Amino acid sequence: MPSYVILEKCDGCKGQDKTACMYICPNDLMVLDKEKMKAWNRAPEMCWECYNCVKICPQQAIDVRAYADFVPMGASVVPLRGSEDIMWTVKFRNGQVKRFKFPIRTTPEGQANPLGGYETGTDDIKSPILCTEPASTGQSTLPTLKK
Amino acid sequence: MANFETVVVDTDLLIIGGGMSACGATFEAAYWAKKNNLKVVVVDKAAMDRSGAVAMGLSAINQYINYAKGVNTLEDYVRYVRQDLMGISREDLVYDIARHVDSTVHLFEKWGLPIWKDEQGNYVNEGRWQIMINGESYKVIVAEAAKNAMNQAGFTDWLYERVFIVEPLMDFDNNKCLGAVGFSVRENKFYVFKAKATIAMMGGAVHVFRPRSVGEGLGRAWYPPWNAGSTAYFTIRAGAEMTCQEVRFIPVRFKDGYGPVGAWFLLFKSRATNSLGEEYMVTRKDELPKWAPYGEGKPMPANLRNWLGMEDVMAGKGPIFMRTEEAIANLAAKYKDDPKAFKKKMKELEAEAWEDFLDMTISQSLLWAGMNIQPEEKSSEIAAAEPYFIGSHSGASGAWVCGPEDVMPAEYRAQWEPIGVYNHMTTVKGLFTAGDGAGASSHKFSSGSHAEGRIAAKGAIAYILDNNTAPQVSDAVIESMKKTILAPLDRFEEFAKLSSDPDINPNFIKPKMFMFRLQKIMDEYCGGVSAQFTTNKALLERGLELLQMLKEDAEKLAASDLHELMRAWENTHRMWIAESHLRHVLFRQESRWPGYYFRADLPDMDEANWRVFVNSVWNPKTGEWTMKKVPVVNLPV
Repeated sequence: MPSYVILEKCDGCKGQDKTACMYICPNDLMVLDKEKMKAWNRAPEMCWECYNCVKICPQQAIDVRAYADFVPMGASVVPLRGSEDIMWTVKFRNGQVKRFKFPIRTTPEGQANPLGGYETGTDDIKSPILCTEPASTGQSTLPTLKK
Repeated sequence: MANFETVVVDTDLLIIGGGMSACGATFEAAYWAKKNNLKVVVVDKAAMDRSGAVAMGLSAINQYINYAKGVNTLEDYVRYVRQDLMGISREDLVYDIARHVDSTVHLFEKWGLPIWKDEQGNYVNEGRWQIMINGESYKVIVAEAAKNAMNQAGFTDWLYERVFIVEPLMDFDNNKCLGAVGFSVRENKFYVFKAKATIAMMGGAVHVFRPRSVGEGLGRAWYPPWNAGSTAYFTIRAGAEMTCQEVRFIPVRFKDGYGPVGAWFLLFKSRATNSLGEEYMVTRKDELPKWAPYGEGKPMPANLRNWLGMEDVMAGKGPIFMRTEEAIANLAAKYKDDPKAFKKKMKELEAEAWEDFLDMTISQSLLWAGMNIQPEEKSSEIAAAEPYFIGSHSGASGAWVCGPEDVMPAEYRAQWEPIGVYNHMTTVKGLFTAGDGAGASSHKFSSGSHAEGRIAAKGAIAYILDNNTAPQVSDAVIESMKKTILAPLDRFEEFAKLSSDPDINPNFIKPKMFMFRLQKIMDEYCGGVSAQFTTNKALLERGLELLQMLKEDAEKLAASDLHELMRAWENTHRMWIAESHLRHVLFRQESRWPGYYFRADLPDMDEANWRVFVNSVWNPKTGEWTMKKVPVVNLPV
């Protein structure tokens, strides 16, 4: 069932009003069972395996078991996402293991500077020039059609 | 009626959605709204950090022109899209997006997106228009910039997450959009957003057709399953003119996992061959003159590439394989005399191949690992997926929108003169759209959708400044909409006790079975996978009959909780885009995009009579659909 919660590791995000997985799931699939204090995926057949719940879980309590209707058993793909890069461990059905590490961003988390230091060339709301343009296009004027 | 608090939010600009277009619109709106003292509110059914189609990440940016350095021109891009869409595109919109997309990509890089660079410091191209990225956090970074833009401009309480928008709020007498209504999927609250302008950007549509995988793998659609046709529903129900609703997209991807093939075809130069080792792009090239001039132009349109592969499959020559082992061997061949360099190159290619999946389709990595596939050793199957509605990619469905003043041909402009010429406004006053919501402007992908969201936001702010009147909506209208939207909860409450099974009841239908019924109709009658993407007039008319009964039964949808209430409305949205699609396929008297759908009763392209847009309007007052042909006006490029 696509993403599933490892019961031993899940602490229900310690009884806050929402868990990290509930917060992030783009398809509204993760739910907290408040009695057991465990999260669960309420519709695995609607899971895209986007891994956002896996990546965000502070307890590393969520894993993915590949779609049983077309993937032979035994493989796993596990991410460890940091603030600059992500480590992947890919385990094959035959036991072989591969590891990959890729960068995820070049600026500190939360620090994306919206205007990127570019000036905007107009105050005219009717002009086709958007904010940061034309500087951000890389040339000094915004192109228009030669009629 | 279920006991829900009604929350009214007044704003100047309402942005609906949280994906690439909505983030672009939010970023742009922050700048112009602050300058003009206007209020902006954003509503997202998920969490903006990871909502929309780029939620998982991407391994490439598919639209980058690089025009400032003179690598390509905007005119090149217009010609490329014209060719790929078999002559049918709004070239003014394509041109406009292209002139802004490089700015958007340069901003992405400043915000922190890692873009691959070569030794000279230039972006690494995958194909002519595509550049490679380390895109695991692509969406996180783009959302962060949008949020920072709003917060740094001093806006507060502007973001409503986990609120699902159902319906436009309308002044039908004056053809004017006044905002939107919906509900929280977390608490019993009914939301009314009153706005002077609204931008609908809730993505394309998935799960309208029955997918290939119907068990657990149902969720492994190529485009994400949370794309429920909500943008098309919103614009259709507002009475806006729609275009190219027949132009669905069929992606050919790695089979079942739906991992991307772009890097394999373009970057690794891989071939695709059938079970006999034949390359259908070569053996079937004599088919192409039939689709001239597009069939003979370069590059070959995506739908024709699909078509040649489909013909092999129909002739019993499958499976089709991506020859990954051959491609990697070719790339490493030049290092064969230097074992050390060879080993290094192989390692590099292996990491690139796996990152391509891990950045954007992790399931495909699981599938490869589960099948013990190492691409350097073994080929992998590719196949045509089920149909999708994705106006941002190689499909073209969406609303008919106003273009930019300096580029839009007079023939198109005439339609907006009576209601106001504002870039990306639909034919309804105050209603804008972008991304998968704006039709006939294909090949914008993630970056172009962001740029288009920016364009729409500036257009919407310009509209508000010229039409700065507070929306008037009566309490009675709101109360009536609330009753309709919450009705599935009431229906469940009223009837559930009759049955031993909460899903089986003679008085209602649950959203899941409703979706399966829709998917079966579309698959079998409107050219889905099981019909080999083929249909005809009789099948379409029968499908329409069945859809009408489904539409009646939509009024019997029931929901046991807020999550299911969202599913009920999402599936209603899917049903409307389905009907619109079917009517367009029925109206167009030819087969123009054979690898997307094929009319067996009209097997040829009719360039003389049908090199036109098909546009449609659903009349909110009478419920009638009007279909029409609209001439294509080419830009002088």
